[in-house]
Amino acid sequence: MSHDTAAHAAAHGSVWRRWVFSTDHKVIGCQYLFTGMAMAVIGGLMSYVFRMQLAWPDAPVPGYGVVSPGEYNALVTNHGSIMIFWVAMPVLIAALGNFLIPLMIGCDDMVFPRLNRLSYQIFLLSALVLLGSLAVPGGGFGGAWTSYPPLSAKGAYNLTPYGAPLWLVAVALEFVAFLLGGINFVTTVMNARAPGMKASYIPMVVWMIIIASILFMASVGPLVAGAVMLLFDQILGTRFFDPAGGGDPLLWQHLFWFFGHPEVYVVLLPAMGIVAEIITVFSRKKLFAYNTVLLTAAGTGVLSFLVWAHHQFVAGIDPRMAHLFTVTTLLISIPIAEMTFVFIATLYGGSITFPTPMLFALAFIAEFLIGGVTGIFLGSSGTDIYLHDTYFVLAHFHYTFFPIAIIATFAALYFWFPKMFGRMMNDTLGKIHFWGTVIPFNFIFIPLFITGMGGDHRRIYSYENFPMQMTPFLQELRIVATVSLVILLLFQVVFLFNFFWSLFRGPKAPANPWRANTLEWTAPSPPPHGNFATMPSVYRGPYEYSVPGRADDYWPQHVAN
Amino acid sequence: MIEWLVPEASTYARDIDWLFTSIFLTVGFWFLLAQAVFFWLLFRFRRRDGVPAQYITGEEKAEKRWISIPHALVIACDVFLIAATVMVWRNVKQVLPPADETIRVIGQQWAWTFVHPGPDQQLGTEDDVTEVNELHVTNGTVYHFELTSKDVLHSFSVPAFRLKQDAVPGRIITGWFQPTTIGQYDIQCAEICGIGHALMPARLYVETESAHAAWLRDRQA
Ligand code: HEM
Ligand SMILES: [Cu+2]
Ligand SMILES: [Cu+2]
Repeated sequence: MSHDTAAHAAAHGSVWRRWVFSTDHKVIGCQYLFTGMAMAVIGGLMSYVFRMQLAWPDAPVPGYGVVSPGEYNALVTNHGSIMIFWVAMPVLIAALGNFLIPLMIGCDDMVFPRLNRLSYQIFLLSALVLLGSLAVPGGGFGGAWTSYPPLSAKGAYNLTPYGAPLWLVAVALEFVAFLLGGINFVTTVMNARAPGMKASYIPMVVWMIIIASILFMASVGPLVAGAVMLLFDQILGTRFFDPAGGGDPLLWQHLFWFFGHPEVYVVLLPAMGIVAEIITVFSRKKLFAYNTVLLTAAGTGVLSFLVWAHHQFVAGIDPRMAHLFTVTTLLISIPIAEMTFVFIATLYGGSITFPTPMLFALAFIAEFLIGGVTGIFLGSSGTDIYLHDTYFVLAHFHYTFFPIAIIATFAALYFWFPKMFGRMMNDTLGKIHFWGTVIPFNFIFIPLFITGMGGDHRRIYSYENFPMQMTPFLQELRIVATVSLVILLLFQVVFLFNFFWSLFRGPKAPANPWRANTLEWTAPSPPPHGNFATMPSVYRGPYEYSVPGRADDYWPQHVAN
Repeated sequence: MIEWLVPEASTYARDIDWLFTSIFLTVGFWFLLAQAVFFWLLFRFRRRDGVPAQYITGEEKAEKRWISIPHALVIACDVFLIAATVMVWRNVKQVLPPADETIRVIGQQWAWTFVHPGPDQQLGTEDDVTEVNELHVTNGTVYHFELTSKDVLHSFSVPAFRLKQDAVPGRIITGWFQPTTIGQYDIQCAEICGIGHALMPARLYVETESAHAAWLRDRQA
């Protein structure tokens, strides 16, 4: 118990010391989580405003008012930026990585706890700069989250002389935060594993966060360079991206997508890892082909660096390049299909139960499959000519990002909530929230596939100027999407209620409520500062469920025999 | 699939629609199969009292077949789709058929300018015919266009032609189309270009030869 008392003493002191300036990985994880949740609410409300505008273009939006074209662009831009950089990354990588990595590999904290705290503080600053950029004269940046120059490079073009540079500074700060975090994650897993924790005993979600962090670090460099050049163009009048001064607008696109495409896998892989943890527990099965999953995850990561120009088929690059990028892009279907097969094969022969976390994990698989197969239409250069920058693209990437950033995240929150906060969430409310999220989700984005095929382009605040886009059929589809979004958002109130009510009033959680194998479940719920009463040793892999000849259907990693 | 929503009005529209439908059928089949197997497994292996889960590692050769066979099928489909794509792309974007006429298309915040060569068939001469936010073309003629922009990126998109090409300042990008159906169609800007992005629509008129000649005479009178 001596460790416990010491940890307790260290955790004492003012609220300030314990919550704001804590270096405990769990506290930092929660800070990332709550910041990410707050940003998700903001990003979600933005989608409410612009979807209402699209459904009823002439009417003021209830609770907001009339949406001007400039505001519309700013809302879309910041919605996209927020959802990817301030929701998906902080929650999936920073919050879960921070909370889970030390607990799952059996150590007491990150190896660089202060660097960890600094990374959160920079991240918080980046979020504040972004929100501030919406309030400056000229308004928030409206040149899309891809920020293509020359539009983004000159105030005279984008008409947001302060919003555009502030947006860029915010994104750059966010990158710095994640670089620091990533370094910490990778070194921690390399150096601080519990005795006996071989590479092949590391839980899949930890592996995935590590691979994702490495991908991020390997891809972000060129973009940081690009961001500096763009900032110079904006405020110093250099002309890196301006052809009038010898620059090249397409250079930015290459730098951006060399980062931007791997970025999709940066958030996808942790989501896949979460799903692997959850479906093994609730089907009481060993993960099918652990080694193959790892290899393909790494392979997908490498391949993801070779596909960036599929975003630029019609951007004016040499048409012969399209063939190469079609091939590499369609090849990615192989590892992605592989991971889906692995999940499906893991279910085979299981003893499956369906509590809320499992429902979300399964929904991830079913919905992500739609995102995956619709990607083929866009990876094929021929059809991309028509579909590029239409709502088909938009529906496709929301079918990948929504399962990743929302559905898998909910799976993780319902699953690890007892460990994080020491209390159980209500399962019935969880199921109501589940159906209230997943059903409307499909009714938002299936119609948008069809409007995209019908010729609706993205980032258009009103189609009233395009007679062919104003058919009653297309307009009705837009209304279906918007009404479904409102329903989806209302059901999130159920989640928020469940979350905060359970936080204070939920029944106390036992240490291992799901009878799972991995090390975090051996620590008390919630784990004290320092995590484990006695440091665990590891004897086997994380997925030894239903091993023949054992009385229990699980066999925790730290139990000697 | 696409022509069910948007008319086909150029020669390569039907190539692109064919490719779309081919992909739809190919991946649609595997998609439905995968979902069916998925839901069947959930139903078949739901928890039942006294039936423990099986211990399957997935590391044995025989078990790996469950992954490698679907793999082979995915690769076969990929090869087919890549071949189909290469054909369509070459035809639409890479190999341009000889032009009957060349026009110039210029995007700027927030209007489209179209320049016709006029009677002498030469661009950049006195008798060029310029129109703004309207484009009149003759049905059946093979057009080359030279696309550029005066300020930021725009994208020249004609959904009914299945034509889309970004306009990049500092570059002239050449492409082509051949209209097949008389009528009026939308031209959209498909690349965000500032607050007027949704306010730069243009109208496309595909006309018979005589109607087009009459229009041209009108413009020059
Ligand atoms: C709550 C459900 C959501 C709805 C209804 C929604 C809806 C939309 C719509 C309609 C647009 C485009 C508007 C336009 O182009 O005019 C958009 C853009 C975008 N959304 Fe979402 N979205 C949702 C959630 C998400 C999530 C979870 C993510 C990512 C994690 C995300 C990422 C993006 C991105 C990257 C863009 C592109 C922004 C741009 O064009 O610059 N969205 N969203
Ligand atoms: Cu434009
Ligand atoms: Cu535009």
